[in-house]
Amino acid sequence: MSDNWIEVGTVNDIPRQGARVVRGSDGDIAVFRTDKDEIFALRDKCPHNGGPLSQGLVHDNKVACPLHNWNISLETGMAVAPDEGCAARYPIKIEGEKIFLSLTAI
Amino acid sequence: MKEKLVVIGNGMAGIRTIEELLKVAPDAYDITVFGAEPHCNYNRIMLSPVLAGEKTIEDIILNDDQWYADNHITLHKGKAIKEIDRIKHKVVAEDGSEESYDRLLIATGSNPFIIPVPGHDLEGVVSFRDIHDVEQMLDAASKHKHAVVIGGGLLGLEAANGLMEQGMSVTVVHLMDSLMERQLDHAAAEMLKSSLEERGLNFLMQAQTEAIIGKERVEKVRFKDGTEIYADLVVMAVGIRPNIELAKAAGIHCERGIVVNDTMQTFDPRVYSVGECVQHRGLTYGLVAPLFEMAKVCANHLAKYGIGRYEGSVTSTKLKVTGIDLFSAGDFTGNEYTDELVFQDASRGVYRKLVVQDNRIKGVVMYGNTLDGSWYFDLMRDETDISEMRENILFGQAHLGDSGHGGEESRVAAMPDDAEICGCNGVCKGDIVKAINEKKLFTLDDVRAHTKASSSCGSCTGLVEALLAHTVGGDHSVAPHLKPVCGCTDLSHDDLRKAILDKELKSIPATMQALNWKKDDGCPKCRMALNYYLLCAWPTEYKDASQSRFINERAHANIQKDGTYSVIPRMWGGGTSPQELRKIADVAEKYKVKTVHVTGGQRIGLYGLKKEELPKVWKELEEAGFVSGHAYGKAMRTVKTCVGKEWCRFGTQDSTHLGVELEKLTWASWTPHKFKLAVSGCPRNCAEATIKDFGVVCVDSGYELHIGGNGGVKVRATDYLCNVSTEEEVKEYCAAFMQLYREEAHYLDRTAPWLERVGLSYIKERILEDEDGRKALAERFLIAQKVAQVDPWKERVEGVAEHEFVPLKEISG
Repeated sequence: MSDNWIEVGTVNDIPRQGARVVRGSDGDIAVFRTDKDEIFALRDKCPHNGGPLSQGLVHDNKVACPLHNWNISLETGMAVAPDEGCAARYPIKIEGEKIFLSLTAI
Repeated sequence: MKEKLVVIGNGMAGIRTIEELLKVAPDAYDITVFGAEPHCNYNRIMLSPVLAGEKTIEDIILNDDQWYADNHITLHKGKAIKEIDRIKHKVVAEDGSEESYDRLLIATGSNPFIIPVPGHDLEGVVSFRDIHDVEQMLDAASKHKHAVVIGGGLLGLEAANGLMEQGMSVTVVHLMDSLMERQLDHAAAEMLKSSLEERGLNFLMQAQTEAIIGKERVEKVRFKDGTEIYADLVVMAVGIRPNIELAKAAGIHCERGIVVNDTMQTFDPRVYSVGECVQHRGLTYGLVAPLFEMAKVCANHLAKYGIGRYEGSVTSTKLKVTGIDLFSAGDFTGNEYTDELVFQDASRGVYRKLVVQDNRIKGVVMYGNTLDGSWYFDLMRDETDISEMRENILFGQAHLGDSGHGGEESRVAAMPDDAEICGCNGVCKGDIVKAINEKKLFTLDDVRAHTKASSSCGSCTGLVEALLAHTVGGDHSVAPHLKPVCGCTDLSHDDLRKAILDKELKSIPATMQALNWKKDDGCPKCRMALNYYLLCAWPTEYKDASQSRFINERAHANIQKDGTYSVIPRMWGGGTSPQELRKIADVAEKYKVKTVHVTGGQRIGLYGLKKEELPKVWKELEEAGFVSGHAYGKAMRTVKTCVGKEWCRFGTQDSTHLGVELEKLTWASWTPHKFKLAVSGCPRNCAEATIKDFGVVCVDSGYELHIGGNGGVKVRATDYLCNVSTEEEVKEYCAAFMQLYREEAHYLDRTAPWLERVGLSYIKERILEDEDGRKALAERFLIAQKVAQVDPWKERVEGVAEHEFVPLKEISG
């Protein structure tokens, strides 16, 4: 799918049930770590009003946007029903503790 | 292999139980449902509007065929069960087919009672219970003229109104001298009767039916006194009986209904029962709200979570006749120990009566404007002490000293579709009504999820509830008595706080595990509440779970709509100095702050800072002695003061000094919601102390203490607590009151709703009458403060939570 993997840090750089931002020239990407230590990456923009998802509360495999509390699935980028909308997803690869991110949205 | 659950009864109670079960344990059972009627589950309480031609059958279907298919439920429509074989664990249908079960749910509802007078089986004699009855009535209305409804209760009147709307001439026959005698007192019943008469209904009161006369089809009805009236249609609406035949035949213990315990289990542990067919603690129910509460408990036990008990319901009634507003709940007749508070305005058609015993509402009857019904109902159910509001209580909630949005409620029914209901999210009445109808929404939470109305500041909640009641009909007390914290648990806030203490739970995961949380990781609602409850319960031991805090409390700054943050340093008691102001000016210039704004809490806010800049800004502010103002938290915010006797010619005490003292005492305290204080130097009250959570008004002899006020969405003036004579006393009372609020309010309750729920008398009891208790509360507050009073900005300047403020990586190019 993508060969342009960029190492962005280690799993432990991100707090469990939290997120950090990868700042790119095309805008921010939020990298999430769930309570089960799974890592996901989404465009750091809520499909509702552009709120920074990286600042939201991570619960299960979802994040609640800090602005208006929309819940976005980390796995699909889709807003949880009945809300509608989608944030772009980015591929993540884990090698050991290292996290690699591809800048090509899925 | 999955266990098999068989449900007898495809009605509201049975299917609601399945819906609740699917929510908590979607894969627990293979589910098979048998329904005697040839329809999917529909909203039986809406049959009246269907009869009146205001809705169609399609409108009231709750679960269509697709729903059963989507959830892999086998549905047998039009197939009644004739036998339960409890030894072989199977049910046998009328057509001989069988289905085995591991668990059985009986939700057979109730049957209409048919008076066994001669002629009751003639053609044209119907009951009013299901779609078939309504179809028969509509058919009769299209061909015939005269209808007689036997029974002047809720159901009878709705049937009569519907038939009249369909063009029939209708006479209601009632055995008693007063309509709806189980829900209304005589005065309200008379008002109801005369307005129904105005609409064209005829009444025969105290009339006992002797016979229904006719050859094949009904022709006349004859009464005990020998009079006869013409009738082409007779509707029997004299009551319902729990449908227990099947259970009884299977040897399951029944009295008036199928007897169940608090887990909705019958005497056979494999067999559960919910709805109108059950008898719980000696009572049977015929309204929808209890069924929903039962369904929730039953589902929880079917899912083998084993928590939650049904403890009975207090019910209320609303008549679903368009244009007639009537509400009743509890014991409305009263006895020798009760008082009656009555408001009556005959020409406006308004009547309300509260039956009160020991300052607690025991019963409510309302006619005309019923929008305060749910408020009275809550006060009754929560047994709130009303002594402090007794004087004004009959005028409704809007007259309790608060103003704002309150009065708009009464207009909801008459509002045009484009009237804005939710000012925060711009949701109009039409949007809400449309969503309720199209998406079959039943609860406030549903409406919030689908429309966003009432999901922000909550000030329109009353309006949305009124709209919901107006649109869905039924009694709008569908919300269960003890609201669970969120969908992840069945525990109420109070239960949760108690369990944390009793079981000595000291972390979020430990709490979730010990209390059987339904979702491993919870949701934002419960995680934020849990974090607060734990830190309040174990101030010296609990390790704050920052990932379970809202971003503002994690970043110690307020997120703004563009993702930038605001910084508001503390200004003790609203005082500042040239040095401080110079520093703020320097910081504002250096970081190109877009907006510098004087806040409502007497301090200065800097807006539009990037998150990475926050620690640097804080560092500079710290040099001038500033600490965090906690303007971002569910925490003590500010102490507003006037200049007091130091300058003011009217000042009676040193209000600024006291304000600073109070702020030093209370700053950095986490509370269930934000908490504001003020000190005014004289009764002119320039610091607006009487709209604060804790307000002090200085007087010549000392200090007046006021509690439970707030500005904002719904302005509420404080309640007067007491007078004290020294600053030390003010501080002790303040600490004790704050600690009581911290320990007992629900997360996200401000002091005003909390105080209204528990009653001012209760607060007085704890703070004024119990001196030892007050001192103990104040002491616990000080213990918590010893740990809490660390400046979070300083910590972060020194490197705490550094990851929060720097990007994981920056990629250039």
